[in-house]
Amino acid sequence: MAMTTNTTPTSSSALDIGKRKHARIVGAVLIALAVLVGLVFGAGSDGNAVFRLSRPNDALVLPDLSVPAMQFNYIIAGLLAFLGVRQFLRGGVRWSSLSLGIGLALVVVTFLVWATAGKAFSLTGMLQATMVRAVPIALGGLAGVLCERVAVVNIAIEGMLLAGAFTGALLGSVFGGITGLAAAVAVGGLFGFILAALVVTYRMDQIIAGVVINLFVLGLTSYVSSQVFQEYRSLNNAPVFRAIKVPLLGDIPVIGPMLFYQNIFVYGALIMVAVATYYLFYTRNGLRARAVGEHPRAADTLGIDVYRTRFIHVTLGGMVAGFGGAWFTLGSVGRFDENMTGGRGYIGLAAMIFGRWHPVGALMAALVFGFADSMQQKLALLQTPIPSEFLAMAPYIATIIVVAGFIGRARAPAADGQPYIKE
Amino acid sequence: MSEGKTDTAIQSLLKRAAPGRHEFEDLVIVPLFAIVAALVLGALTMLATSVEPATIARSYLALLQGSVGSISAISETLTAATPLILAGLGLALGFRAGLFNIGAEGQILMGGMAAVITGFSFPGLPVFVLLPLCLLSGALAGAFYAGIAGWLRAATGAHEVISTIMLNLIAYRLIDYMLRLPFVQRPGRADPISKSVPDHAGLPRLLDWIDPNLRVHAGIFLALAAVYLVYWLLFRTKIGFEFRASGANPDAARFAGMRSGLIIVLAMASAGALAGLAGSVQVLGVLDRVTPGFSAGIGFDAIAVALLGRSHPVGVLFAGLLFGGLEAGGRQMQVDAGVSIDLIGIIQALIIVFIAAPLLVRAIFPWGFRKPATQQGK
Repeated sequence: MAMTTNTTPTSSSALDIGKRKHARIVGAVLIALAVLVGLVFGAGSDGNAVFRLSRPNDALVLPDLSVPAMQFNYIIAGLLAFLGVRQFLRGGVRWSSLSLGIGLALVVVTFLVWATAGKAFSLTGMLQATMVRAVPIALGGLAGVLCERVAVVNIAIEGMLLAGAFTGALLGSVFGGITGLAAAVAVGGLFGFILAALVVTYRMDQIIAGVVINLFVLGLTSYVSSQVFQEYRSLNNAPVFRAIKVPLLGDIPVIGPMLFYQNIFVYGALIMVAVATYYLFYTRNGLRARAVGEHPRAADTLGIDVYRTRFIHVTLGGMVAGFGGAWFTLGSVGRFDENMTGGRGYIGLAAMIFGRWHPVGALMAALVFGFADSMQQKLALLQTPIPSEFLAMAPYIATIIVVAGFIGRARAPAADGQPYIKE
Repeated sequence: MSEGKTDTAIQSLLKRAAPGRHEFEDLVIVPLFAIVAALVLGALTMLATSVEPATIARSYLALLQGSVGSISAISETLTAATPLILAGLGLALGFRAGLFNIGAEGQILMGGMAAVITGFSFPGLPVFVLLPLCLLSGALAGAFYAGIAGWLRAATGAHEVISTIMLNLIAYRLIDYMLRLPFVQRPGRADPISKSVPDHAGLPRLLDWIDPNLRVHAGIFLALAAVYLVYWLLFRTKIGFEFRASGANPDAARFAGMRSGLIIVLAMASAGALAGLAGSVQVLGVLDRVTPGFSAGIGFDAIAVALLGRSHPVGVLFAGLLFGGLEAGGRQMQVDAGVSIDLIGIIQALIIVFIAAPLLVRAIFPWGFRKPATQQGK
């Protein structure tokens, strides 16, 4: 979003000082993490952590991965300390975000090893759940990418997800899953169109328009679900899309269940990310769309219809979000609950920023959040001493860290968030 | 409109939220039109969900009766309006400083929690020490929690919309956790519920000499005082000027020598203090204790209140009263006509759309409104 990179530095020296300070901060964070890992995860674990890579009735069975917990975590703590000290002293600007990324990943690994120490844990199951939980976030992020590449800030992703979930449940219950899915996509697109109308035609502030759509959808879906669904329960009982196994590929250990034994939402998300990447970066229309996001006046001069481009892409974004919203009902439980998206749309927005306004980046970021989400679920089974509420906070804290820590590298489309007024 | 490098999104937000000149049309006609249009569309929504026309009429009658129809209705309206006004003032302060703080919900939770903990921890203190202490701790907790988002914005550039939303979600979990701590949880209860505030720490009820069921409490005076205080802060002090200046044009403010980082943190913290106060008032005046999600969406409604009030303290006061009335009337509507109170959420969202998109209002309702001042259209 535009507001994230608005600290336009007055000179290059100010930029340098800022980046060096950033590198210093990253270094300090890494050293603190090293101390944490050494004292808590290293000293606190004994025995081996056993990670199961296959399930008993898989075609190909891999042996379990067994890690000596304490030694492993001490080694990682040392590695983290090295990264942190190096970052702190040398202040390598280019390395700071990468180091932070590696550092956080290592902390997660040590945490898992510590939590699993002396027990066994199904890694494959968690990775599969990661993929599933990443889907709405990735689709939300992709919707955000499509909108922000044409310079429309879409806070309304949350509302579009919720609208998709609701429509999927309602029409899925009446007409079956496929119709429900199509209707969810259409309703998502409708809200995208409304957002575009509000911000492009009526030049309403983009953030307010988004917040309003969220409030409106929340109000409307909650109203109908308490006014209608309470009475007619059959209207809120949709069939669920089952997982489909891709022949052969689905049998590959670890990766197979994660990528090739999922329902259509996972496949749909992967395909859409690929198509969107190709479209935005390798086609003429994609170039035009990006031009509208970077410099609408120049694009207009070249004969690109800025308003129309924005309308089309925001509507498309809404359709993607509607598809993602259907995941909540048609892809998992089959029934709609009030506010069931629970802030996933906002996390999708964070994934978009983390993914640097690129569809693949957004997918990767969504996987990180999906991982945090599924880890929280699975760890409840391992009975760690950490209260479950704190585990539930993990994705949100991760979002804040990501938005705060990686922002320096990301650059939003230049015209992001600004209305365009034709001359 | 120039395509400056600065943050025009926030600027245009402020142009909507804090217009430079207050005109009669902007302040009276547009809000009135918005309310009427929202009610009409609300009726259409009810029609679409097969509510009979007679019931619709009855439900709007109940809405009116439940908000201003009797002493008890007015008492309920004021009770609901009090935290909305306080939190709305906080958000308005943030909007003026160019900060879009969605985190009032979390700040209310933290403030209410702090006030309750202070309340039951020092039951021996006399009332004129304990009550201010509770309110102060609530405000401080809110200020601290919002300050986190402010600090993140100032130090790292993390956008406050996302960080405050995340802090809201974290606050829900944190409250769940704290309510199960042995020194907070009510003895003998397994569900997450806090100990009660001692009676003398609660905000006194104003009308219980008429009827003990009238819930309006002294918090409404606190809200009125806050309206004046925020007005004074924004328009009569140096720091208030700095808030408004850096909200209107961050670059100009910075070149004028204002410390933008400090201003962001201070503005967020004062916004959080007011939201925290809203939470404290709610627990000390109405609820007596903390349960999960006791904030009940006040923080989100307060966004609407601040927008509707055009981020002006007096506007926030009236917007808060209106939303308080909708809230109280909505409950009556649910009881009398059997129409779900969630309808109020739809009406509120529609009101904001019509307020925040003047061009849309002119498109639907072309007569009676002045034409756009400058010819910037096609």
